[in-house]
Parts: sequence; structure tokens; C-alpha cells
Amino acid sequence: MTAGAGNAFGAYVARVARAGQLVVQPRMGFGRPEAMRAGLLAVRAASVTSVGTLTVDSFTRVGLHDAARRALDEGRALNGYPIVTHAPATNRAVLDGAVGPEFPVQVRHGSSRPQAIISALTLAGLDTTEGGPVSYCLPYGRTGLRESVRNWRESCELLTRVRQRGAEPHLETFGGCMMGQLCPPSLLVALSLLEALFFCQHGLRSVSLSYAQQTDTGQDEQAVRALRVLAGELLAGVEWHVVVYTYMGVYPRSRGGALLLLEEAVTLAVRTGAARVIVKTVSEAHRLPTIAENVEALEVASLAARTVERAADDADNEVLVEARGLVERVLDLREDVGEALIEAFTRGFLDVPYCLHPDNRRRSGSCIDIDGRLRWTSVGAMPIPKPAVMGRPHSLTADGLLTSLTYVQRKFDGLALASG
Amino acid sequence: MHRLNVVLTTTASDSHTWNLIYLELLLQEWGHAVTNLGPCMPPELLLRRCRELTPDLVVVSSVNGLGFGEARTLIPLLRDCPELAETPVVIGGKLGTGVEDEAAEAAELRAAGFDLVVNDSDGLGPFRDFVESMCLRVLR
Repeated sequence: MTAGAGNAFGAYVARVARAGQLVVQPRMGFGRPEAMRAGLLAVRAASVTSVGTLTVDSFTRVGLHDAARRALDEGRALNGYPIVTHAPATNRAVLDGAVGPEFPVQVRHGSSRPQAIISALTLAGLDTTEGGPVSYCLPYGRTGLRESVRNWRESCELLTRVRQRGAEPHLETFGGCMMGQLCPPSLLVALSLLEALFFCQHGLRSVSLSYAQQTDTGQDEQAVRALRVLAGELLAGVEWHVVVYTYMGVYPRSRGGALLLLEEAVTLAVRTGAARVIVKTVSEAHRLPTIAENVEALEVASLAARTVERAADDADNEVLVEARGLVERVLDLREDVGEALIEAFTRGFLDVPYCLHPDNRRRSGSCIDIDGRLRWTSVGAMPIPKPAVMGRPHSLTADGLLTSLTYVQRKFDGLALASG
Repeated sequence: MHRLNVVLTTTASDSHTWNLIYLELLLQEWGHAVTNLGPCMPPELLLRRCRELTPDLVVVSSVNGLGFGEARTLIPLLRDCPELAETPVVIGGKLGTGVEDEAAEAAELRAAGFDLVVNDSDGLGPFRDFVESMCLRVLR
């Protein structure tokens, strides 16, 4: 690795995509440096085309660095790597010889105040992370949207400073994963795009756009195609790719069901021309995965990718129409994408179902239709055509919510059982 | 059945929402008024909101595996406040990462001031019974 050349995350994914392959990526984070390093090295050594992941713990995510420190001192387990709390030299030692242009590493965090995390990761020699002013704010905490936009603007500026050492920073949107489940795809596509535009407005030249697998493959394929069409139109001159997340909601309990769902995410990615997949493991429903379980998931995903062909892109689809309407309505509001996002949520032009954040209007609703597709039950003030809304808005009961939340789990555990 | 004013909340590090939405719907179906404070609730802010809202019941739901630890710092804050010293406070969810002695941790939390500690394996029964017995108590 050339000193200072950095990860070149976007270039790596583009290179793999040109060779007709899919990049697979785990979700992985350990509190202790030795474990984190072992995890990265194990993924690197696996015979798959992968990138590495360093996920920070939830104390660091919300800025409770004292709590992370105490947990380390008392030998208590953390659910990720406290990159701000460990010394810069420790972080560099974890990554030394592990990360490079042949194995880029992305830092995953989930913070609406990510400046300290971004500073720590760039100091550690990294240049790739993910998130966004909406997706890491509304679902997860109580930071105001306006403050989150300011924090993310600063974070983009901090991240682009790695260019001073010759690296090209890369930022991925989390907007395509809002709430993990039950958010209709058009809104996911619109948010993912708007966050990518926000990043580019603040200096990024290499981005990826996320989309998380939902309840229906056909609808998901429409969504990823919509995302690629809109990115092609709106991200001219930017290096970009689409990353598909394996289902982020309540996961199948059985080993067979978990693997089938992962394979379906890979199929979605390959058929629609996405370049990267974030995997889930067989232990997802039960506990944090081991390193071996992560490597297994990467191998299963890699193998599945080889059995699928890219499908022809269909023309206009209903997800594209809805997503385009949302994106255009928001971009019409203000020149500055961050300001446009704030105004759009204030006026309810963007309104995330089931999201409790005070800056979300909470006037939209969604459900799983009998055909398995996600539908709007109400759209509030969002510019979504009325025919897209189910005839009679109904409020979900607690039991109905549980049934919806576990739809994918039941479907895939059932499929696994049926196939023996 | 008496209608309780319930504050629904979680711990500072817990970003999960679906458990809170489920409990909000459930408590509403049981006839209670719910103020859902949303994910990632710092204890100091919870204390302030509880003093404003003077709830009949505080429900803490945590599923990120750090609940046992965070609950220990949360409860003294509420119990040391005169208006909240007697307010029933329950906690439930996935409170540990699976390595803890759950019975001992739960006993410790009860001793520290929680009125009920339930883990997800207990099902809804203990929580439902607790809320129902509270309503009867309020009626008397």
C-alpha cells in the first residue's frame, strides 16, 4: 500500500463490478482491539471478494465515551469497537497490515453527532464510513434534524480532509434502510438519493446508495432499479454504486431460513446491478454473530452470487414514479439539500411511518398487503398519488404490528421447513 | 378499568423503536394514555420529563443488551426525586447479552428500586398482571 493512498473504497468496488463480481461485506464490531483485528483479518483471509467492516459500539454512537471507557476498564462486553475511546495508536495497530486498497474497511456507527468518530477514523488512516443527516437522526434518537444536518455537514468536511494525504473519501447513505422494516420502498429510495446529494453538495465525489431488502422481491427489484435510474440522472460526475442490505427487520430463527433470506438479498443485488451486499448471519435472530458465522455468511453470499444473472432493466415502475415525485418535490424547496430536507420534514413532504422522532410528522402509515408488498395506508402531506394508498386507512393493533414485523421471519422459516 | 398515565421510555444507549411502538399500541389497547418518549433517552432528561408529566407508571423497555447496566444508574435518579420516589417503575426487554446471571441481575434491580423486572422469555403475562393489579389498586 502506498503511504497515504488510503482505502480507495469506491474504486475497489468499481473494479470488482467491472469484473462482473459482487462485493460482500459483513457487519462486525468487537470492543477489544485483539478481537477487532482478528475479525478483520479473518474476513480478509476468506476466499471471497469482500470489504471489511469496523462497527462502533452503541455508547460511542451516542457520545457516551465515559461509559465505553468504564466498560473497557471493567472488562464488560461492548457491542462494537469504541474507536473514539481507544488510543489512536491502538486503532492504527488494529488496522496495520489489515486494511489497504485490496481490502478497504468501512466504519459503521449510526451517529447523528459523528464528528468525533470521523476524526478518530481519519486519524486511524481510514476514509470510508456511512450514515446521513436523516437516516442517522430520525430513527435513533432525539438530536434535532437541524442539528443533525449541521453535524453531517461538518462530518463531510472532516472526511474530505483525507484528500490532503492523497486519499479519496467514500460515504454511504443509510437512507435506504430507514426503520429497518415496514417503510415503503419509494420513500427509502428517495431518502437514499437525497442523502447522497447532500454528501456530494458537501464535497464527496465517491458515494454509495443503500437499499435494504423488504418484504417482496419484485417490489425490491423495482426499488433498486429506481435507485440506479435516479442516481444516474442526479449524480453526474460522481463515482457511485448501490449497496443492498440483507433484511434489517426481525430475522428468521432457523438456520435454513436465515440462509435463504440472505441468498434472496444476493439474488436481488445481482439481478438489479447493485455492486455490494451487506450480509446477515445465521445467528442474527439470536445474538451478535461470531467471526466464523460472519465468514460463513460471506461465503454463502459469494456462492449464491455466481448462480444468478443480471436481469434486463424494466422501464418505468411504480416505485420509480413515487420516488421521483418525492425527490423532485424536496429538491424544488431549496437549493441547499440539507435545508430542503429540514423543510420537507417540517411540511410533511417526507414523513416516515412509525418514526417517533419529534421532527417527523407521524401522519403516514404503511402495512404489508396480502400479496406481500409494502403499501401506504396513509401518506399525510407527501406528494404520492392517491391510487398508491390502500382504500381504507386502518390503524394497526399491537398484535397486527407484531404480525407485520414477523412476516419475513415466518415466511422464510416456513420455506426452510418446507424444503426440509 | 382505570386509565393510567404511562410514560414509555428506554435507556440512553438504546436506539430501538419497534419495541416502543408495540408497547405504545398495547398500552393504548388496554385503555391507558401513553407518552412515548422515543429511543435513546438520557436519564437526566427522563427525570425532567417525569417530573413534568407525573405519570402513574413508568415503563422502561430496552433490547440492546445493555439494560442491566444502564438501569442501575437510571433508577436511583428517579427514586431520589421526592415526586417519583413511590411511582411504579418497570423494566423489560432483552436486558443482557446472554452472559449475565439474569436472576441475580433482576434481583439487584428490584432491590435498587424497580417494581418489576421482566425478560423477553417471560412473555407478556407478568407485565399484564402488574398493570392490571395497579389499576385495581388505583380503584381502591
